[in-house]
Amino acid sequence: MSDVTQRIADIVEANDVVLFMKGTPLFPQCGFSNRAVSILDHCGVTYESVDVLQDMEIRQGIKSFSDWPTIPQLYVKGEFVGGSDIMMEMFEAGELQTMFGEKGVASAS
Amino acid sequence: MPMAAADIVAMIEAALPGAVVEMRDLAGDNDHWAARVTAPQFAGLTRVKQHKLVYDALGGRMGGELHALQLTTAVPN
Repeated sequence: MSDVTQRIADIVEANDVVLFMKGTPLFPQCGFSNRAVSILDHCGVTYESVDVLQDMEIRQGIKSFSDWPTIPQLYVKGEFVGGSDIMMEMFEAGELQTMFGEKGVASAS
Repeated sequence: MPMAAADIVAMIEAALPGAVVEMRDLAGDNDHWAARVTAPQFAGLTRVKQHKLVYDALGGRMGGELHALQLTTAVPN
């Protein structure tokens, strides 16, 4: 396993909910990342975020790690859920909220 | 160089025969698209796998040339 793959695996392992995004939750740097943050905030869950713009290695590495070409990318309990479009579809159908509940993800206080 | 809507549709239809593709120009600039793809091939697949089929159809352009394609997938009724 390459170093970056190991780093990503460690991040995904260590956090129940991780969003790989452009920018930060306070200052998203692209519309899709902004949408992903809004969805997570609406769901009221605690999540970790990784700003891929600050780390070129992760920015490239995450695409092959997930076999997914775009960012943002959401991981929940070590499992790749999808990008912002999938998050939006799941959120609108209530599936995302159900998934967070079933997986026992902590609420944001 | 942005991709024309017709090219995006043609690539998806070629890879997924029978697919219905609806395109919407989100920003009016011919560069920010929303696509809704309805295809029989999606039946029984998770959303991630459905989207992956469309990305594969676009032959690696997604995330590069096509940085702003908002995608919705559905199985025909």
